[in-house]
Amino acid sequence: MLNANLDELTTTDNNNSAAEISGIKAKPLKECIIEIVSDAGEGAQKAGQSFGSVSAKMGNGVWTVEIIPAEVQPPARSRAGASGIRIRFGSNKITNMGDEADLVVAFNEQVLYGRIEQDAYKAGTIILIESKWKNSKVPEIKEEYAQALNEFKERGFDVREILMEEECLKHVDNPSKGKNMWVLGMLCSIYSRDVTKAEAQIRHTFRRKSEKIIESNLRLLNAGYSWAAENIELKFQIGSEMKQVPRLVMNGNEAVGMGVMAAGIEVCSMYPITPATSVTHYLSEVFEKSGGLVHQAEDEIAAIGFAIGASYAGKTAVTITSGPGMALKTEFIGLASMAEVPLVIVDVQRGGPSTGLPTKVEQGDLLYAIFGQPGDTPTVVLAASTIEECYHFVILSRQLAEAFRMPVILLTDANLATGVQPFTRPEINLDSFSPPVNQSPWKKEIRPYEWDEKTGISQRPIPGQADGMYVLTGLAHDEESHVAYDSHINQLGCNRRSRKMAAIHKTLTPPKINGDESGDLLVVGWGSTLGAIEEAVSLARKMGGSVSSLHLRFLSPVEPGLEEIFKRFKKVMTVEINYGDEENDPLITQENRRRTQLSWFLRAHTLIDVDFLAHIHGQPMRPGFILQRLKKELGL
Amino acid sequence: MFGLQSECMLHVPEQYHTLSDYEGAQPRWCPSCGDHAVLTAVQKVCREKQLPPEKTVFVSGIGCSSRFPHYMKTYGFHGLHGRPFPVAEGIKFRRPDLDVFVATGDGDCCSIGAGHWIHAIRYNMNMTVMLLDNEIYGLTKMQTSPTSRKGTISNTHPHGSILPPINPLITTLGVANASFVAQTVDWNPAHLYSTLLAAHSHQGFSFVRILQRCPHFSPNLFAEEISNPDLTVLLTHENGIEAVEEVQKMYKNSVVHDPADMNEAREIAQREDLIPIGLFFCDPSKEQYDKYGASNIGFSPQKKADALNVEFEKYAV
Repeated sequence: MLNANLDELTTTDNNNSAAEISGIKAKPLKECIIEIVSDAGEGAQKAGQSFGSVSAKMGNGVWTVEIIPAEVQPPARSRAGASGIRIRFGSNKITNMGDEADLVVAFNEQVLYGRIEQDAYKAGTIILIESKWKNSKVPEIKEEYAQALNEFKERGFDVREILMEEECLKHVDNPSKGKNMWVLGMLCSIYSRDVTKAEAQIRHTFRRKSEKIIESNLRLLNAGYSWAAENIELKFQIGSEMKQVPRLVMNGNEAVGMGVMAAGIEVCSMYPITPATSVTHYLSEVFEKSGGLVHQAEDEIAAIGFAIGASYAGKTAVTITSGPGMALKTEFIGLASMAEVPLVIVDVQRGGPSTGLPTKVEQGDLLYAIFGQPGDTPTVVLAASTIEECYHFVILSRQLAEAFRMPVILLTDANLATGVQPFTRPEINLDSFSPPVNQSPWKKEIRPYEWDEKTGISQRPIPGQADGMYVLTGLAHDEESHVAYDSHINQLGCNRRSRKMAAIHKTLTPPKINGDESGDLLVVGWGSTLGAIEEAVSLARKMGGSVSSLHLRFLSPVEPGLEEIFKRFKKVMTVEINYGDEENDPLITQENRRRTQLSWFLRAHTLIDVDFLAHIHGQPMRPGFILQRLKKELGL
Repeated sequence: MFGLQSECMLHVPEQYHTLSDYEGAQPRWCPSCGDHAVLTAVQKVCREKQLPPEKTVFVSGIGCSSRFPHYMKTYGFHGLHGRPFPVAEGIKFRRPDLDVFVATGDGDCCSIGAGHWIHAIRYNMNMTVMLLDNEIYGLTKMQTSPTSRKGTISNTHPHGSILPPINPLITTLGVANASFVAQTVDWNPAHLYSTLLAAHSHQGFSFVRILQRCPHFSPNLFAEEISNPDLTVLLTHENGIEAVEEVQKMYKNSVVHDPADMNEAREIAQREDLIPIGLFFCDPSKEQYDKYGASNIGFSPQKKADALNVEFEKYAV
């Protein structure tokens, strides 16, 4: 197995002049995980993103995830201030951020502590650390640094001190700007990256900057590259085993933004909220060119009200937010469901409850999205589990919203929002764009809520259509949209709106099972945990475990056939980034145990016991964390 | 086919809209509610302007006055309490061809929807806004409203309300980008009509506060002013609201006020001894957000696809 891989990798080596530098033969790797961590504002993310893009261009599978401090400007050299990026890349498709990193570049020792607290490293992890601190004129800093280095060595890390800033000073006057590019150059050398691709990437990243700044960054890149080639014996090579198809590289929020354009949406109404806002930063830059506009409303409520108004007037609209914003939008989502106004709502989930963990990942809006309304409020809820799905599901959401005349909530999360993964360049289909507003005269005899008895679907007149005049209302109404308090009318209206959910359900197929169709354990997930779950399941299967997984995209209506599938496994367990009481917590019994959202939902839905594995650390789910539990469950 | 040109045969004379073309459901407001007078005046404005009913949208929130759209035979949106403005803005944003009216009340606009009200003034989108202000909550049965006078006895303040009221005119005049602010009364149909007509003709956010009584919960409001017209001061100016003869005869107490004069407008709005009616402020040159919204509408799918393709190129590997 290993030999075969080596052969394949050697083939790729031949195509790459960077494979052998300074006489050191690059060690082939199937994949690896690296991190760059620094204080906020030192450019670690920019360097890492460039590294990820270069790797994607070299045909690697890539997943990058940003390490974001909660504060805008955290104190320098602090654990909480760790800012940076993790890049996992390999010769095949990479679907998640993985477990412990193999190598980390740290700009100071304190931010490294911040990551150690997150279990980001293991014994043997190579640490390339800025060593200027040992010469610091501040005795405390000098002391802290020396102490930390000892501790890192005790932990078994492979620590290498590098005077990064001093090296940069040989090429530029102000090394605090551009040290990240020197580091990028160093990493390009260590991992045999094509430096010309890195140069091109820098030109692209700094395209709005002056030629002087670009030149300075390029100089540092090349300096870092040459320095590493001469001074570091670490040389690795990661080839490509992937089918080379045209691909796009972006993060999940950019993918949502592109999906908004591909759906032909013309209004994106928003209020700033982390981690959703960057979708609209992107759209604000380019939306106008595709006939759309971003509206920054005065608050979350106005943002959705505005979108509903636009949609009522026939213009397709989306509102984009995160948990606290969803809470504020509740009443308007209810109106869109009750009055049957098509609307796409993107919820980029963050950690809750309340203001919670604004920059961190959680899947805690699931039950809110499905049930979070007074009264019966059928709402479609679907969830993207990859960056690629962030793009395609916006288009799907728009189509469902229009076809079924109702709100559609698309759930993504902070992990997808900032995670970067290449995906196959989509075909642009002219039919995916919303059609122009219909302004032909309305057939007078068709009532504005002429519900089809079987599907609940009705056609809506758009303002401007002669003879279509009606008054939309959130009050109970009959098919004419007349306010009606008669006892049977509300029953009928609720029934017809609910029927649309059954009609959508009819169009869905049972979820695909990853692994055998039956066995000891079935792992069920949804959203951004897909890659980690499948990786863990695949590892457990290789160890002989009888385990499969399935991943839900439609949560409301939920995909069909679950009860039948669950019955084929001895045990069913969800994996979620959510809160749930541990079984052996004090006072906890089977009766009072508060379960995670998906397990709660699936138990109610299937009447089958569903256990869970969950945490709310604000971190993406790791394959190793899941594997540990799988081994326990399967006795491996 | 008989020698006539086809264009002649297809020519249909423009339809003349009568009042009944704007009359929707039978109003369910209480008899003698001021809302009836406003409805009649609005329907007359529609007829005067010959507004195509299918191009006209009435938006409201929740409350007695917010039933307004149901009584018009146009498009209507009877939405959420306090939220008519965001909806109306969304409707207007990419549809400059639609004529938007907002009917709101003192609770809807000045209390639960106050945040949206402030920003709606600032957006200054072309729409006609009627604040039907009876200084009390009617639909929910006599609670204090933000425009209730201090000491108002209500179900929430049985010993009299504690705080001084918000003056919606001063508030509106205080917001950046205000472009049209007028006040009229429900008991003078001629002035009511002229004011709404002028509001509709203005390009921008035309805010009209209409003083009125709730026959159940504030029936004695303005009793003195109604019986003694001298307690009303009529604002006149060549750029103001046209005062027809019967209005001039009724209100002998008048002042010439130039609606371009913001400082004087604010001074008049603060008067508590008299009810000023007419146009306080008007500036058609203020920035309009709907013009931004109308800037790039109607792209073909191909044009959208081309723009998307350019984006793909930027992210391609």
